[in-house]
Amino acid sequence: MNMAIISVLAIWGVGWFINARLAASRLAQSRMVRLLVPAIFGLTLLIMWEMLVRMLGISPIILPAPTAIADRFGSSLPMLWADFEQTIIKGAMTGYVIGMICAFAVAILADRSDFLTRGILPVGGFMAALPIVGIAPIFVKWLGSDWQSKAAVVAVMVFFPILVNIVAGLRDTSAMQRDLMRTYGAGYWQTLFKLRLPAAMPFIFNGLKIATTLALIGAIVAEFFGSPTVGMGFRISTSVGRLALDMVWAEIVVAAIAGSTLYGAVAWIEGRVTFWHPSQRK
Amino acid sequence: MKSLVPILTIVGAILLIWVLAVVPMNMHLTADQAQRDGLVVTPATPAERQAYSGLGLSFANLELIPLTYGLDRPRLPSPHQVAGEMWDTIALRNVTSRQSLVYHGWVTLSATLLGFAIGTTLGILLAVGIVHNRAMDMSVMPWAIASQTIPILALAPMIIVMMGSIGIQGLLPKAVISAYLSFFPVVVGMVKGLRSPDAMQMDLLRTYYASSAQAFWKLRLPASVPYLFASFKIGISAALVGAIVAELPTGARAGFGARMLVGDQYGQPLVTWAALFAAAITAAALVGIFTAMERLTLRRMGMVQA
Repeated sequence: MNMAIISVLAIWGVGWFINARLAASRLAQSRMVRLLVPAIFGLTLLIMWEMLVRMLGISPIILPAPTAIADRFGSSLPMLWADFEQTIIKGAMTGYVIGMICAFAVAILADRSDFLTRGILPVGGFMAALPIVGIAPIFVKWLGSDWQSKAAVVAVMVFFPILVNIVAGLRDTSAMQRDLMRTYGAGYWQTLFKLRLPAAMPFIFNGLKIATTLALIGAIVAEFFGSPTVGMGFRISTSVGRLALDMVWAEIVVAAIAGSTLYGAVAWIEGRVTFWHPSQRK
Repeated sequence: MKSLVPILTIVGAILLIWVLAVVPMNMHLTADQAQRDGLVVTPATPAERQAYSGLGLSFANLELIPLTYGLDRPRLPSPHQVAGEMWDTIALRNVTSRQSLVYHGWVTLSATLLGFAIGTTLGILLAVGIVHNRAMDMSVMPWAIASQTIPILALAPMIIVMMGSIGIQGLLPKAVISAYLSFFPVVVGMVKGLRSPDAMQMDLLRTYYASSAQAFWKLRLPASVPYLFASFKIGISAALVGAIVAELPTGARAGFGARMLVGDQYGQPLVTWAALFAAAITAAALVGIFTAMERLTLRRMGMVQA
């Protein structure tokens, strides 16, 4: 017991010492060190976790060791891939695209009327703060337990944050810029596509980035209410029931990879589209 | 105030769509019920009616439309049914009864508030450490930001079981989930807030020969308050969602999540809908309280014009 705690503290000390030196060094601003320091921190935590589990003999039904999780991850890749396909690609991505298209359609329709815009902003912002994921049982009843109900839940969840950001973004042009378009003789649609939509892009991508995480949460949590025998939420809830926690952790690793990849992809597109914005300058 | 009319218009439009949708959504159930009650329904058998869409069937049976609003177990309850169920379970029941939504709401809310208190306290402490220690900043901050892109809510079922198997049950596991969901937004927002004073303001304090502790209490902390409230509002709604989801996969017997699950499993849609709306009202109230506190605090601090 004491041995374990002392050695874990020693590992922590070593990791911290390296990071403190790196952070204080002249190279601290370099790209490599900026990536290295969090990597060392994460690795230190993993080693401490592994040592604690092994030396204290913690039962795998409470906390499996990282190596056990990696084992499980490696040995059930086909199953994890099937779950990923069901939940992320069919459920989350379909819903995300549907929600995004609906949000664009409503925003463009409402855009012509200042009256509607002023109503949509507060109502949409209010809806975005509500626990919408609670509609999952209702949608599972209506649309069956396959991915369609998950896509519907995701679409409703991502709709409001995206809508609010589009509507707010479309208002973000100055009178001077709009006047310039008018002096060019530009009509409503030309002004929309050449000035206001591009100017709204930073806002829109902010909404799209928030929505990536929401989409995954919606798709996974909706499966707790009923799903076919495949899917990440299904696997998590049944594995928890069988106390196969290594499987749960493996699914969480998949969710983490999927979440950061999706976010990264949207952020990458944002960089291409809004290269002119001050926040994107290198 | 000038947005009030547009807001009411939007809310009214949503309610209208809801009310109209009730008819086609419930038509098949209503027709089956009407047939059992001996009314004339076209077409006459359930099998034939399956071929119709909800809308088509409504046009074929115009006289049944009022009945779609009065089903006991509708597919889509109408607003007045949900409001009636809520009035029944909130106002008319004893608050300690298992039928009372106030009781279930308190179960969820207590876990939410406890978790939120733990999560924000730890979040603020970590943010203070990050701002004052470079090594901590470089090690922890990327992970705190990355955590916002992953669905950490998926951990919820496991935490309940993990804590259950070491003998901790009831309020605390749910509070832990609420805590870590509100933790990360507070860390990220608070770090941004504590760093918000610009170089000129920090330089001014240096010319006053202020220590780093004095700079913290007199400049950094007050400057971080607007950011802190923004994070609070994100954190409290995340904490509530966490507490509700924590009640789902574990067969909890009390709380909003448990009510939704009970309504789902026992075919009582009104129970699910009432729990859903009660949860939404709770979330709105919590965010509303923080908005009011924010306005009051910022005005007292002179950070916004009254």
